[in-house]
Amino acid sequence: MLTLTNRKKVVSNKEQNLAEKIYLPAVIKGMSITISHLFKKKATIQYPEEERPRAPVYRGKHVLKRDENGAERCTACGLCALACPAEAITMVAAERKPGEEHLYREEKYAKEYYINMLRCIFCGLCEEACPKEAIFLTDRLVEPEFWREDFIYGKDKLVEPIEKDKRIDVSKRQTPAVLEFKKIPGLRHNILYSPKTISNKKKQNH
Amino acid sequence: MLTSFLIVKISLCVVVFAISLGIAAYSTLWERKFAAFLQDRIGPNRTGPGGVLQPLADGGKLFFKEEIIPDVSNKFLFILGPSLFMITALMTGVVIPWGKDFIWNGQRIALQITDINVGILYLLGVVSIGVYGIMIGGWASNNKYALLGALRASSQMISYEIAMGICIIALIISAGGTLSIKEIVEQQDAGYANVVYQPIGFLLFFICALAETNRAPFDLPETESELVGGYHTEYSSMKLGLYLFAEYINMFISSAVMSALYFGGYNFPFASEIYAALGLQEGSLAISLIGAAVYFIKIIIFINVFMWIRWTLPRFRFDQLMNLGWRYLIPLSLLNLVITIVIEYIRGNINI
Repeated sequence: MLTLTNRKKVVSNKEQNLAEKIYLPAVIKGMSITISHLFKKKATIQYPEEERPRAPVYRGKHVLKRDENGAERCTACGLCALACPAEAITMVAAERKPGEEHLYREEKYAKEYYINMLRCIFCGLCEEACPKEAIFLTDRLVEPEFWREDFIYGKDKLVEPIEKDKRIDVSKRQTPAVLEFKKIPGLRHNILYSPKTISNKKKQNH
Repeated sequence: MLTSFLIVKISLCVVVFAISLGIAAYSTLWERKFAAFLQDRIGPNRTGPGGVLQPLADGGKLFFKEEIIPDVSNKFLFILGPSLFMITALMTGVVIPWGKDFIWNGQRIALQITDINVGILYLLGVVSIGVYGIMIGGWASNNKYALLGALRASSQMISYEIAMGICIIALIISAGGTLSIKEIVEQQDAGYANVVYQPIGFLLFFICALAETNRAPFDLPETESELVGGYHTEYSSMKLGLYLFAEYINMFISSAVMSALYFGGYNFPFASEIYAALGLQEGSLAISLIGAAVYFIKIIIFINVFMWIRWTLPRFRFDQLMNLGWRYLIPLSLLNLVITIVIEYIRGNINI
């Protein structure tokens, strides 16, 4: 008969012979297998000092990007919050005052911006929904905390530092191909979250 | 004379006590390390360099944990159980000869706390009392699981003691009819180690020793995965620690007994030639210390074999355990005894 794997074993009910009955050969065989593992390479990764290499497109802790002048890119449109399947994102919008142009790129900005890292499933839909290239998932990890409240990250933890050399590199997730892709007018988030679709949905609900 | 005798014996007691505890403590670490190595892991390595402070951290943790004595338990017996188990485990080290006698200030000093002429019987007796530690602990907990665990433990230990005793009888016959461990070790000095004369006896003794010390594959009394800990279900804090710790001491002592009875203790091949080549006088301290070091190497090899077996073989089922003990080990040890008697009779060492 054709076998699917080469590990197939025919089971038989034949009487055990003496060597099998006293088990000692089997015991010695087993012990030689375990002792051979003493000299094998250890599989352990000493975590805090040593990290397993992550994929270049790893989806870890979020970052809110600044533009080249150091102004926050986020315009508090709320598309990320809408796209979020885990409802982890919430924000409070505010209007930019005159003289704050160096701080915020758009006329409207997020005064407060929260991501609950315990709710977040790191799917990356916020990033996909963002029309301003403001939010990205990075290859950094969310640090462990003692209290649940500490996992609700505010702008202090999410916005990248203003210094040029401390900016978070997201080029791995923002490749030219991705940028090209995001420009397509018929892109999913452009259709799904366009004001037209939303007002249509609201009409349907009424 | 008496004061120097007391000083020697008391210091020897302290040293044996400290070494037993030290080896037991570091066995717990080495057990975890060894298990890790056999499973392609590294094991505890964060507490101190290479994890050497891990036993201290474990001990400290056990001391500072909350100590719960169940309301329904018999408090006196509940405390007596682990104490008895620990005391008997430590008492067994008394009759073991750790090295050759040496002469110091014209006095002959033995590296053995006491050389009683029924040393082996003393060992068996003390080990049997150790069973009471388990039984009392399990019974005093007033808990079904603890009681069942204690029953399993005590029935196992009692069953395997019989085969062990018969193996020892065969050994004594072939070793010239002495019950003193010191004399058995000394008589292996000139000839071969006893394992050459008693290979089956040694194998059976080794299996029984595994069962006596509740080591895998005979660790049914504990069975972490099945019996929620067996007889020490209700124990917490250092009382649990004493039970676990005493098991490692038992392992150390049974390794010591096996190396003494079957592998010549502090003797090793070509010992006298090597001592002569080093220019050491008979009765010098160096000879005693070299012998003791060799003895400890043997003991450590045995402890490693115990661990190696634990991390290889799966646990027996209880009926398999009883079958093995009563239907295979006891008849085999009796057969071994009969063969030994016949051979020794033919050799003219015993007369009926």
